[in-house]
Amino acid sequence: MKKILIVGATSSIAEAVARKFAKRGDALFLVARDERRLQAVAEDLKLRGSTQVDTFVLDARRLDAYSTLLEAAFHRLGSIDVTLIAYGTLSDQKACEQTPGMLSEEMMVNAVSIMELCLQLASRLERQRSGVIAVISSVAGDRGRGSNYVYGAAKAALSTFLSGLGQRLYRSGVAVVTIKPGFVDTPMTASIKKGALWASPGTVARDIVRAIGRGTPVLYTPWFWRPIMSVIRAVPEFVFRRA
Amino acid sequence: MLPYGNGRSYGDVCLNAGGSLLVTQGLDRFIAFDAVSGILECEAGVLLSDIIDLVLPVGWFPVVTPGTAFVTVGGAIANDVHGKNHHRAGSFGHCVLSLELLRSNGEVLRCSAVECREWFQATIGGLGLTGLILTARLKLRRVAGPWIVGDSQRFSNLSEFLALASSSDSGYEYTVAWIDCSRKQRLGRGLFMRGNHAEGIGGNADLVNRRPLRFRFTPPVSLINGLTVALFNEFYYRRGAAQTPEACWHYGSYLYPLDRILEWNRVYGPRGFFQYQCVLPLGEAPAALSEILSQIARSGQGSFLSVLKLFGDIQSRGLLSFARPGVTFALDFPNRGASTLALLDSLDTITRSAHGAVYPAKDARMSPAAFRDYFPAWEHFQRYVDPKFSSSFWRRVTDGVA
Repeated sequence: MKKILIVGATSSIAEAVARKFAKRGDALFLVARDERRLQAVAEDLKLRGSTQVDTFVLDARRLDAYSTLLEAAFHRLGSIDVTLIAYGTLSDQKACEQTPGMLSEEMMVNAVSIMELCLQLASRLERQRSGVIAVISSVAGDRGRGSNYVYGAAKAALSTFLSGLGQRLYRSGVAVVTIKPGFVDTPMTASIKKGALWASPGTVARDIVRAIGRGTPVLYTPWFWRPIMSVIRAVPEFVFRRA
Repeated sequence: MLPYGNGRSYGDVCLNAGGSLLVTQGLDRFIAFDAVSGILECEAGVLLSDIIDLVLPVGWFPVVTPGTAFVTVGGAIANDVHGKNHHRAGSFGHCVLSLELLRSNGEVLRCSAVECREWFQATIGGLGLTGLILTARLKLRRVAGPWIVGDSQRFSNLSEFLALASSSDSGYEYTVAWIDCSRKQRLGRGLFMRGNHAEGIGGNADLVNRRPLRFRFTPPVSLINGLTVALFNEFYYRRGAAQTPEACWHYGSYLYPLDRILEWNRVYGPRGFFQYQCVLPLGEAPAALSEILSQIARSGQGSFLSVLKLFGDIQSRGLLSFARPGVTFALDFPNRGASTLALLDSLDTITRSAHGAVYPAKDARMSPAAFRDYFPAWEHFQRYVDPKFSSSFWRRVTDGVA
């Protein structure tokens, strides 16, 4: 039985991952903003086999509450084997360009808050000398695109941060897993037209569980995004400008 | 708008051309399960296969299940689906203790046999038109394990089938027959399969964890044609397992044979196929069935898989429920355009004069006049249709009237 902390537990990818943990009987500490949805998810996971499920209602923008959160999670679980951070917003690029202040909010939710949480968690895990921190970043952070560079910039900052954090924690026996999903069919992407490259949360969850088990540093999911992104990263900037 | 579950209906009851679909995939949480009483409460987008995965290890099983486990609870209610144990358990509506229905005005109705009874009756078999089913409480049945024991035997004509069916229904939970509709000279012969949930454990567990195959591409033309239909049906009838006095099946291969090949529908090529499932009252059934068989023979369009089943006398609960006492007959035909539609229309003529009905969940072409004959309660049902809800099927069968 593993002890697992999930922040953003009502996101569909997190929920799909949590169901796989529940099935093997893991103990879960679930954090989300919407209390009603969080309760529904928690009840479901109990029925699916989780031996212990606790919930904690938190808006991720409340950085001052992180120490209370971690205190509560470590208190309930004793030690934490796996932390999955899965919350985020798909920033509305046009609105960010037109609304002063919106950029900082998006950066706060999708990058700064997660980094802060990771730092506070990291020092505890360094003392514990074990554990996995898995964070959902995105392929969008691999290259700026005119259509979503606010979201992309937040994810790029996050991926770079996690890369460094992984190097720091390696010596303490703590693994950092940067998860880079491509297009996933979830409520976050409900308004986007779907095509052949889209994956279901279940498929992505299967990859995530495997990567967490192995401590894979960077996971592209589904797998074909790794070759796609290596090409996209290599394309010269002027090509994108003209495209 | 129209609720859309897992899209396993064969025709247009789950489609809404030009309108919106409410995809219920995300409504897939279990809410409560009492392993003592066998009562499960879940959201409407939960699949029957998920329910089985959850409850079978602790000795429970759905009371009613259709021929695929990849249907949502909401879809099973909305089509009031039936299974091979209709003679014992009735249709899906019979295992629904209560449900929550969200109307487009924001109101949530809690419906059961006592509360909002008329909404309960309209929503069971209501084709998703009465509102969005949010949650349901279901009654399950006790089983010892995943195994089904029974037998399979050949029969050579319809009257042999009817005799077998009526003598087996009291001793067997599941009864179903496959009938050969491939070639004129073989019409009417078939296999009768019956089974019960096994009391103990047994069988080969290796079969259980076999991964399903997937049909990855749509071939440019249907792989189901006169030749393959004849070959398959001949093989199916001749093979050794066709006549076995004692068989032990895993529930998956017994109840859901097609679930082992994902996206099997692609075998019919880009033009697809039509299902035709009718029910015929017992008195008219022998004559009407042989008329249907000879009509198919005359058309030269064989049906790949043809299934016969004797429904029991249990009255369905829904206003538009399909299941009713009599013999039900399911056929599938590759879509050959106008000639296939003409054949299906001629089958409708037979079903109508026999006072039978055609199953909306499997239909894509019945005429408004035929629908009104089959479902006389449709006019009464109309008052329960949510003003913002509609479907391609509903517009088609109420064309010019509703």
